[in-house]
Amino acid sequence: MSRIVLNRRKFLTASAAGVAGLALAGCDQFDAVLRPGHPVRDTMAAANELTYTAQRALLGREALAREFAESEIRQGMRPNGSVDPDSPEYLFLARNNFFHYRLRVDGLVETPREYSLAELRNMPARTQITRHDCVEGWSCIAKWTGVPLASVLDEVRPHSNARYCVFHCFDYYGGSATGAPYYESIDMIDARHPQTILAYGMNDATLPIANGAPLRVRVERQLGYKMAKYIRRIELVESFAQIHRGKGGYWEDRGYDWYAGI
Amino acid sequence: MERVATRDVDTGAEPRPIVIKRQSIWTRLTHWVWVICLFFLLLTGLQIFNAHPSLYIGQQSGFEFSNSVFSISAQYKPDGSIGGYTTIFGNTFETTGVFGYSGPEGQERVRAFPAWLTIPSYQDLATGRVVHFFFGWLLVATMFVWFLASFINGHLRRDIIPSGADIRSLPRDVAAHARLRFHHTRHYNVLQKLSYGIVLLILFPLIVLTGLTMSPGMDVAWPWLVDLFGGRQTARTIHFIVMVLLVGFFIIHIVMVLLAGPINTMRSMITGRYRIDPEPEAEQ
Repeated sequence: MSRIVLNRRKFLTASAAGVAGLALAGCDQFDAVLRPGHPVRDTMAAANELTYTAQRALLGREALAREFAESEIRQGMRPNGSVDPDSPEYLFLARNNFFHYRLRVDGLVETPREYSLAELRNMPARTQITRHDCVEGWSCIAKWTGVPLASVLDEVRPHSNARYCVFHCFDYYGGSATGAPYYESIDMIDARHPQTILAYGMNDATLPIANGAPLRVRVERQLGYKMAKYIRRIELVESFAQIHRGKGGYWEDRGYDWYAGI
Repeated sequence: MERVATRDVDTGAEPRPIVIKRQSIWTRLTHWVWVICLFFLLLTGLQIFNAHPSLYIGQQSGFEFSNSVFSISAQYKPDGSIGGYTTIFGNTFETTGVFGYSGPEGQERVRAFPAWLTIPSYQDLATGRVVHFFFGWLLVATMFVWFLASFINGHLRRDIIPSGADIRSLPRDVAAHARLRFHHTRHYNVLQKLSYGIVLLILFPLIVLTGLTMSPGMDVAWPWLVDLFGGRQTARTIHFIVMVLLVGFFIIHIVMVLLAGPINTMRSMITGRYRIDPEPEAEQ
């Protein structure tokens, strides 16, 4: 009898200790060292370099993201981030159905130039049905049509020291009154990837404003935040240290990893 | 029992405890690195989950069709206050204060998992991902070290993979555990072998591979991953389920450590030295 009592007491002690252990998980004691700029956080963020190196080694430059059948398009493409830019310049272009829109491609290139939408539409197009993976965790399959970024790069001829394509956008995340301009960047491997397109069409229709009209980029081997919408200018650079807060993108400037293959 | 009694008569002393070297440095080192990794992976994983607290089956998330199997949300109640709700396979439970809507009195927030369960405590997907991937790499590296060391030093064959005799002793071992009678023997009992084997050889690889399946880059490198798990969203759901199983293992593991003698078991995982019962054969 005494043995059973002892075991029960042991068991209750064990249970109480387990619950206490769970309660200890209250984790605001880690908040301070994980703020952007803290050395602890910066050390951990180096894991992203490792992921980039590992994936670049595993992927191969040309390996394609999976493309799906028409039947997999089961819903509209979920708009996310900015869905209705409100800057006067964008509103003017949108009112005129983007007739006056010009995509500027410049920076470290031999022949900077501008493209109207009609010119882009007249270039050889690529259509792909792909899965959009949001950093938040959700996914959505849609069909995208556009001109391969590689075709545009072939025309402007990047200098050998051009390492990144920077996409400057019309939208101010959070609104033009208080928000910051959206921008993104990818390396030349992704820029020249066959599935990296400047999309003007979605699900067999003109790209809607909520999804980035008149032009957005698709970078199918990375997460959604790399796929800038409302592109106004593509700048080729050697480094993005001097651009905005220097991390290579709107979300990167706010703590997100530059390489979003994971 | 006879042999013990005989020896007591011979020496006139208490049976001396036998202390053996049970755990190798590799077992101990990897064990504690994993403790740290799993702690941060769990709490940053819940932070990441909070960014979109729904789980689905298949390749994509159904926004215009229904393939959700689990979600945590907040809704207004008829009286105008906000309630937290958890939905599993279409069955909704109110979980205000813990899941969906939680926080100190007067400062409640709409958030799936409460602040005390996430790193950082506030909503910050970017930081959650930075910490999660750092410890993800560390977990995988430690798995390789453990596997290599355990293969070479025989830990894997001796202590993890159950033998035929182990399987035959399963009912007896279950009965002993049910009566909370623990034998301190040189080697793991069959329930230990099975539980450690399932965690190390099944759950660990499964949670790493389902994690990689959520990576658009890895889906290009290893397309078989996404086929193996039936789509990115199914992989995300399995990742979450394996997390729940690992939490379950952790709770049982701690209870067992405390019941089997916390000083002795903790010592074996820190210094490697473990006190075994004087005559383990006598019990059989």
